[in-house]
Formats: sequence, C-alpha cells, structure tokens
Amino acid sequence: MDWEDAVSTEDIRVLTSQLAADPSSLVFLPLGEALRRRGQLDAAEKVAIAGLTRYPELADAHDLLARILGDQGDLERAFDEWDIALRLDSGHAGAHKGIGFLYYVAGELPQALEHLELALAADPGAEGVAAAVARVREALALPGSAGSAAAPVAPVEEVVPPAEAGAAEVRRAVFEGLEGAQDGLLLLDAQGLRVGGGLSSPDGTAVGDAVAAHLAGVFRDAERAARLLSLGPWSSVAAETSDANLFLCAPTTESLLLLVRDSSVPIGRLALQAERASEAARRWLEGAA
Amino acid sequence: MKMDIVASLEAITRVRGVRGAMIVSSEEGLVVAESSMEGIDGAAVAALTAGVLARLTRATEAAGRTAPAFVHLRAEGGGLMAVPAQGDLLVVAVTDPEVNVGLVRLEMRRAAEHVA
Repeated sequence: MDWEDAVSTEDIRVLTSQLAADPSSLVFLPLGEALRRRGQLDAAEKVAIAGLTRYPELADAHDLLARILGDQGDLERAFDEWDIALRLDSGHAGAHKGIGFLYYVAGELPQALEHLELALAADPGAEGVAAAVARVREALALPGSAGSAAAPVAPVEEVVPPAEAGAAEVRRAVFEGLEGAQDGLLLLDAQGLRVGGGLSSPDGTAVGDAVAAHLAGVFRDAERAARLLSLGPWSSVAAETSDANLFLCAPTTESLLLLVRDSSVPIGRLALQAERASEAARRWLEGAA
Repeated sequence: MKMDIVASLEAITRVRGVRGAMIVSSEEGLVVAESSMEGIDGAAVAALTAGVLARLTRATEAAGRTAPAFVHLRAEGGGLMAVPAQGDLLVVAVTDPEVNVGLVRLEMRRAAEHVA
C-alpha cells in the first residue's frame, strides 16, 4: 500500500484536532506532510506557512514548505526554502536531498552529487538517496557528461542507468511516426516528470526534464484560472516567443503535452499537430496502464 | 498617458467577444487599469495571469527560448490572453470562446506599446 493511501481522512482529522487544541505544537509538521502526500497542496501550504510564522528558525518547517512548493512546480521558491533550511541546519538530510534533486534536474551533476552525498551521510539508511548517488556518480563517470553548470544539461540517456535503457526506448516510442517525435513533443505527468518524447534547446542540449519540471505548475494554474473565471475546463495554452511557438494541452486529466515548433509555424497548425499527438499519447497511456 | 491606456483597453473590449481587458502589475498582482471588467475578479485574474506567465517564462528559458510575447489560455467557456508590456506590466483580456484571436492580439499589442 502506498503512503498516500495509508494517510486516511481520519489521520488528518486527528492531526488537525491536535493542532487546533495546541496551535503552538509541532504537529503542523506531520499534518502538512500528510496533506502534501494526499495532494491537498493548498491546504498543506497554509499549514506549513502558519507553522513557519511560529517557528521561523525550524529547518524541518522550511523543508516541509520546500517539498510542498516543489510539488506545486515552484522550484525556485522550493530551492530558496531548502537553502534556508541548510543555513539553519547544515546537515539537514531532507534539504540536501531536495537541493540535490533540483541540481540534478538542472543538469548540474557535481553539485547534485555533493548534496546527495551529504544527504546520505546524514541518513545512511535512505535507499532512494543511495540509488540517486549511484546514478549521478555513474553519469559523471561517463565521457562527455555535463560536469559543470556552464556545460550543457546532460541528455537524459546519459544519466539513465543501463537497467532503465529500455524505458528510454519506450519514451521515444510514444509519438513514433509523428513530426518531432523525439524533439519537439513532450509528454509529462501532473508532477512535472517527463513520461515520453523529448525536447532540445536550439544548441542541441536536451532540456526535456527541466522544461517538464517547470510546466507542472502551469497545469495547476490553468485549472485555477479557468475555474475562477467560470470558463469551464481548460483545453489549451498557446504561447508565442520571438523564436518559437508553444502549445500545451492535456491528453488526460493526469498528463500534459507540450509541442514546440519554430515561430514560423502558426499556432493553428500547432493545435492540429497537438490533437494528433494527444491521440497518440492517450493510446500509449492506455496501453501502459 | 492614462487616457491613452484607457482608450487602448477600450479598443480591445470593442472587439466582439471580449468581456474585459486590464493592465496588471505581474510582480504585485495588482490591477493598474481596466475596462468592462464587471463581474470579473480583477485582482484574482491579475495574480493568476501573472503566475501562468511567470511559469511559462521559466519553462521557455529552460528550453533555451525567449520569454513569451503572447499567451492564450483557451477553455470550454472562453479564454484568457496576456501580452507583456513595459517592466512588470501585462495587458490581459478575458474573452468568450468565439472571438477573433488575431484581432484581440493586435489590439493588445497596441495597448502594450501605449503602456511603454
């Protein structure tokens, strides 16, 4: 059973009652985390911020808020909160783990490794962190891997262990036969993780994972905006930049599709291409379920 | 200057299918000027539009692209459009589903130039 499933409404009710009975207690920490794991992010954020107003120098509280912000796709503020947590407690495992993950997403592998190793030192029993350390070490050992902030983000294939190489093949297969199947079409989940497709920057750097991480927040903001304005369910977000046109839509309620083309391709054509890609994504997701 | 901005917003709302238009501060989420926004929570629209644009900007920058110059959120019952203007200001329009997007965009860009 997942932890998410294990957190019952009753658990949250009990924690909420405890906090109401003693607002100065530290029960806001497990309550905020329980709400986060159930996906009740707005409520979790309120609990964390209320706790921080009472305990502004508690590293665990900043770590909690950072994880909530991360789930909301606000990675910049998440980084800031973890940074504060480390200033308060330089050995905080959760903050090192979080910052390590953000550096990994940004392709800054040496910094990612540094923080993940510190997280592992603080919590040697954390199997997930140990696996992440091994994965980043392996990526850094590969010839041509990024290695520094100034270097390009490592293509995802370079940081995927051999055991996951098959998954990378599957990712590429989602949009097989469509224009831009490997570069220009990106399928991600509601948590900002790349599920399929790929995207490169104009200089050829693989940027799919980083872009996916930022787009999860757009998914939620679009829902909120449409709801607040009583516009009904949102169907797409189109964006024009001076050098590219982007089109976002949701093939399913739990996935987001990004299509990127040169600015010479009109948005109307992007909408048609996105429709075909959404069909392919839905078929693939149904097959994978 | 203020009259120019108001006239620019009115030019947007004269397009059939536009429910309202406004200029907002994306950093503060405040409404600077508006036209025909009855029944629409201007402050909330300002905050949400600024949020969507900020996230899209971070995503396009991560993709090695420039910041968005026009954003269009389309929904079953209408749409929300945004054009960045000078500084942290945004020109925002709320529309019906059936609207001439190209014309609205044109008027929004004119309004953004007036703000500048």
